[in-house]
Amino acid sequence: MEKEEVVVIDAKDMDYRELNEKIREILDKNPSIKKIILKNVLGQRYIGNGIRKRDLTIEIYGVPGGDLGMFMSGPTIIVYGNTEHAPGNTMDDGKIIIHGSGGDVTGHSMRGGKIFVRDDVGYRSGIHMKEYRDKFPVLVIGGRAKDFLGEYMAGGMILVLNIDREGKDLGKIKGRMIGTGIHGGCIYIRGKVDEFQLGVAADIKEFTEEDREKIKGYIQEFCKYFNLSDDIREKLINSEYTKIAPVSKRPFGKLYTPDLR
Amino acid sequence: MIPSAVPPKFKVEIDREKCMLCGRCVEECSWGVYRKERDRIVIYSNRCGACQRCVVMCPRDAITVIENTTCWRSHPLWTIEVREDIINQSKTGRVLLSATGNAKEYPIYFDHIVLDACQVTNPPIDPLREPMELRTYIGKKPKKLEFEFVEEEVEGKKIKRAKLKTKIAPNLKLETPIMIAHMSYGALSLNAHLAMAKAVKECGTYMGSGEGGLHRALYPYADHIITQVASGRFGVDVDYLNIGAAIEIKIGQGAKPGIGGHLPGEKVTAEVSMTRMIPEGTDAISPAPHHDIYSIEDLAQLVRSLKEATRWKKPVFVKIAAVHNVAAIANGIATSDADAVVIDGFRGGTGAAPKVFRDHVGIPIEIAIAAVDERLREEGVRNEISIIASGGIRSSADVFKAIALGADAVYIGTAVLIALGCRVCGRCYTGQCAWGIATQKPELVNRLDVEEGARRVANLIKAWTLELKELLGAAGINAIESLRGNRDRLRGVGLNEVELKALGIKHAGF
Repeated sequence: MEKEEVVVIDAKDMDYRELNEKIREILDKNPSIKKIILKNVLGQRYIGNGIRKRDLTIEIYGVPGGDLGMFMSGPTIIVYGNTEHAPGNTMDDGKIIIHGSGGDVTGHSMRGGKIFVRDDVGYRSGIHMKEYRDKFPVLVIGGRAKDFLGEYMAGGMILVLNIDREGKDLGKIKGRMIGTGIHGGCIYIRGKVDEFQLGVAADIKEFTEEDREKIKGYIQEFCKYFNLSDDIREKLINSEYTKIAPVSKRPFGKLYTPDLR
Repeated sequence: MIPSAVPPKFKVEIDREKCMLCGRCVEECSWGVYRKERDRIVIYSNRCGACQRCVVMCPRDAITVIENTTCWRSHPLWTIEVREDIINQSKTGRVLLSATGNAKEYPIYFDHIVLDACQVTNPPIDPLREPMELRTYIGKKPKKLEFEFVEEEVEGKKIKRAKLKTKIAPNLKLETPIMIAHMSYGALSLNAHLAMAKAVKECGTYMGSGEGGLHRALYPYADHIITQVASGRFGVDVDYLNIGAAIEIKIGQGAKPGIGGHLPGEKVTAEVSMTRMIPEGTDAISPAPHHDIYSIEDLAQLVRSLKEATRWKKPVFVKIAAVHNVAAIANGIATSDADAVVIDGFRGGTGAAPKVFRDHVGIPIEIAIAAVDERLREEGVRNEISIIASGGIRSSADVFKAIALGADAVYIGTAVLIALGCRVCGRCYTGQCAWGIATQKPELVNRLDVEEGARRVANLIKAWTLELKELLGAAGINAIESLRGNRDRLRGVGLNEVELKALGIKHAGF
């Protein structure tokens, strides 16, 4: 018998442990499965936790709970709804595409992979993202981020497009304390950002054509996932961005004095 | 200009009669105390921290390090230390950095507690002749066991076979209640880590990885390693979580409660960067809080997340610093699905901590163990969670007392480093350790022989284990289980009523 390529789970009234164990059982039984569709998801945490399968897509209808895709290494999760806090927590590889908003600490300690959020994210998103060799985490936010975006950031990229669902401009961003303690990686925000909106250790650098080349691919990807028109895509690519990067990769280098002579 | 130099702490002397100018001291001292100049060894005493490397290595025993006798006008309030610190800070404007544990003279309660032994009635047990059970299981214990009886036919006879119905949570099996504390690769050298890993494997116990990932060279010992997840999430991926014997969430550390850690860029070498999964030469910053934990409920979420990542097969520990309301926090942790709470007392060691934290924040481990054990019993959740105590455990007697106060097992750190050669000179954060322990410099790391180090550490654990058996036997107890929380076997000496109450023990004579 040909094994199914797509499995649908109705998560209504299901406990998170039951749901996640069900997903793992399906993967154990049918390693070649391509897609798992979760219906009626309401607050179940840890969906996709630690799953390694690269060619797997998990579609979620509803609102998944915290730590969506935590430690995940490979799969693509598409959420048709908002997410609770910390989607992509300590994620290793793969993609999370959110057709809605992400909660606080979206992309917490992300080590690799990509997160695309159509609307907004909460406080301290992209906190302590870090890169190493070929691992380069990317967080793309369509709308806006609350304060402390990219706090303690140690690597990777955060891109804030500053548009609403129709692709209209949202105006100057309001977030403050951006990049507090940043010591690696880079934040690109569409539009102007004032110095007073930055946190300690963050600095505004010149946005060059080289930077534009770096973000172009991610903008195209974003527009594809959320069905934005070619016009909007071109507008986003050709807009002015503020580049925020660390003052130094040793922000705390001059904090201590040894108890020595 | 205001001269800011202060007299050297130590004075290094070479017996010129004995010295044969071999230059070994120049080679061995990583602090630059010695320089060879034609037919003379020149000494810079101000660089000496009394690590004794030169003293031990000098083939002629020609070197003596003594405390410098340069006198400061004595004053009970304005101690030399206070004056030195002010001079240093007024010069630099920075935070004072320090290492090892709390160096202030707070009472050491372990030294005010004495043990019991059997006389005449209830005779003592000789552990060399009789079995003595030190095996300890760390993890959740069921409140009760439920069995079901299955009827079976064996050789024509119908019998009822009992089958365990209760699901037992994963536990860690220790052959001795002594484990090695989390000290990261980065703070310590790879050779130090390897020596400890070999020793714990041999002794049937476990060591902590510390926050910093697990070097590939340690993977063969991973079934005896507890991997740590701290606020920096360094080196954490699915493999790391699944390869260890258990996972420990580090919330706080006894040497520096309430703050995170910064591994300076200089120590992030190619190997360290690979293990931590961060670029070379950048500061490795562990923030003060976990930014996904702002409440006990959030902590429970991380505990469960780690359980999900390991399909509920690995025990998850939560380590906290012993602070004023440690009992309430531990009780919260007991409700979070965590399998053990690690309490690190204010004497807990560190490779680098602000001095003001090391010396002034936190409470003694003895009191913290007693408070936590008491509270968990009152709440009826003591079986839900094991207690691991750490922070200033120096001998088998301390281990015994910690367990009698209520711990299931202990972590030892500094004692293990001393076994590896450390002389507690307290300069780990400089990365210059002449003993090859707290350094990443290859020429220094190579000084630490892995095999010999492993033997020393194993010897220490075995010696303490033997002493524990002797102490148990003398107390007429044949299993460590019966000692746990058995405070009736302890008495205080020279403690006041409040202290005795906090420790939950009687004074000698009662």
